[in-house]
Amino acid sequence: MAVNDTLAGTHKIIQEAREQQHNQLVPTVNDFNQELTTLNLGPTHPATHGIFQNILQMDGERIVSGVPTIGYIHRAFEKIAERRPLYQITPLTDRMNYCSSPINNMGWHMTVEKLLGITVPKRAQYMRVIMMELARIVDHLICNSILGVDTGAFTGFLYVFQEREKVYEIYEEVCGARLTTNMGRIGGMERDFSPVALEKLRKWVKEFPAVMREFQSMFDRNRIFMDRTQYVGGITAEKALNYGFTGPNLRAAGVDYDVRAMNPYSSYEDFDFEIPVGTNGDTYDRYLVRNEEIWQSLRIIEQALENLPEGPYHADAPHYYLPPKQAVYKNMEALIYHFKIIMGEIEAPVGEVYHSVEGGNGELGFYLISDGGRTPYRLHFRRPCFIYYQAYSEMVVGQSLSDAIVTLSSMNVIAGELDA
Amino acid sequence: MAEPNEESAAAQAAAVAEEDPAKLSNNRVLTNLHQMFGEDAFTDVEEPYGLLTATTTRERIHEIIEALQAEQEMQFHFLTTMCGIHYPDHEGKELGMIYHLHSLVNNVRLRLKIFFPISDPVVPTLTDLYATANWMEREAYDFFGIIFPGHPNLIRILNVEDMDYHPMRKEYPLEDGTREDKTDLFFGR
Repeated sequence: MAVNDTLAGTHKIIQEAREQQHNQLVPTVNDFNQELTTLNLGPTHPATHGIFQNILQMDGERIVSGVPTIGYIHRAFEKIAERRPLYQITPLTDRMNYCSSPINNMGWHMTVEKLLGITVPKRAQYMRVIMMELARIVDHLICNSILGVDTGAFTGFLYVFQEREKVYEIYEEVCGARLTTNMGRIGGMERDFSPVALEKLRKWVKEFPAVMREFQSMFDRNRIFMDRTQYVGGITAEKALNYGFTGPNLRAAGVDYDVRAMNPYSSYEDFDFEIPVGTNGDTYDRYLVRNEEIWQSLRIIEQALENLPEGPYHADAPHYYLPPKQAVYKNMEALIYHFKIIMGEIEAPVGEVYHSVEGGNGELGFYLISDGGRTPYRLHFRRPCFIYYQAYSEMVVGQSLSDAIVTLSSMNVIAGELDA
Repeated sequence: MAEPNEESAAAQAAAVAEEDPAKLSNNRVLTNLHQMFGEDAFTDVEEPYGLLTATTTRERIHEIIEALQAEQEMQFHFLTTMCGIHYPDHEGKELGMIYHLHSLVNNVRLRLKIFFPISDPVVPTLTDLYATANWMEREAYDFFGIIFPGHPNLIRILNVEDMDYHPMRKEYPLEDGTREDKTDLFFGR
């Protein structure tokens, strides 16, 4: 990152000073023969952003070891999915990462389309790209602003929450729902963008950069924010890969792995965007990478809006694409297919498919094994949060409790995705 | 098992037609695998939707993945995911583990499978190779009762500790099997 390059020298000095401070001020166990304190960070603590417990062994302010415990809101999605027709699994997926549910939905729809061999028309693909990038922006925004809250800056959170509100208004215009969206269908989108939705979208894309710049000017070079986040909760690239990190957390460590670029889906190959990477893999880099990704997502949305192709917004797949409700009232065929799809009467072909999309937190994978029945034989979600949260206890060892808080919020662990 | 759809079949045909020597293709990976571990190490080699899939044995899985991780050309450094599976009708091979490996350098994915009897659900752990395997193995233990000797902390992860069964096995159907007011004939049940 450019900011990092210019500040590399300063970083070193800060780091050395911090280490010195640690060594001088924090007595080790051996020095005083003290007992360690056991501290339960969570399960329900405002700073844990959900339900996860960390049993920390503390030596004064410093963390000696930590054991993360999860599973408090486990809802057995993989098991439930084995009893549901493919179409009805959609609402399970958007309850995983509820900060960016369209990405989860459409990732699932693309998995099913891969299994069924449905080709989605270009317009639907571009519409999906727009909605997925919007979701990514909101996801990153909330993550970064909550990081601000955890360092004591509440204002930035309020600023960008208004922007999230506007994005949710766009969702509402597109599909009627806000949090658990239902705009996607197997085979395309539920309906075309209405003129109002397009207008709102264009307006937001035009107005948002100013807010984003203001938000960044509040944090990027803020002395307190930098002191709280630089060299905090860092992880090396090798470690991150070994731990299965993906998404902004991996890219902050310097690995430019992005599913959108490596295995393009839904026409991502048509768009021009960069993959921002960090250098240290610390909290500050994760923050910067997320910010930069927001700008890249905006670029993608602008390109998609500009080149939005004409044509149908869904594939001609009557066995899987839910017919429009108006047609169901008047058209016998539509009624039959509507019934069959809703009741899950249509069998999926035999096959196994792995499809992954770049979710808000990294590679969100769907591994679907179908034995030819109406429901998946086995469905496994590769949830990025579940995979990288296990590194958390290692990342915070040797740091202070306040560092552990900002590390947790910068990793963007979403409880719904963690426990699924 | 699966018929690849038209699009991926076309892509595969194109890939065969203009094989780039610098690019690692599924064929090359398979050839390398056969060279490294012998032809008989892999059975059921398929390419569903372009992802190379092979079945091996649990005696060899650790050795194979360790060699793949260290191998210079292919560099399967990334364990994308691993999960268990239960086929109650396959006698002697009821349980399985499925590994998804990813070579980020070459952008090639590989799926490996092993199957073993439910009476002896023991699989070597991968935690010494990939730190990320830790929780995935705990999840497989939690859901399917697969035991990984050598795992540092093999306890349930998502379910409560005092559960005495492994809920993702097929003998635990989701709905109450004793209910008679519903028939399986309709409504996808």
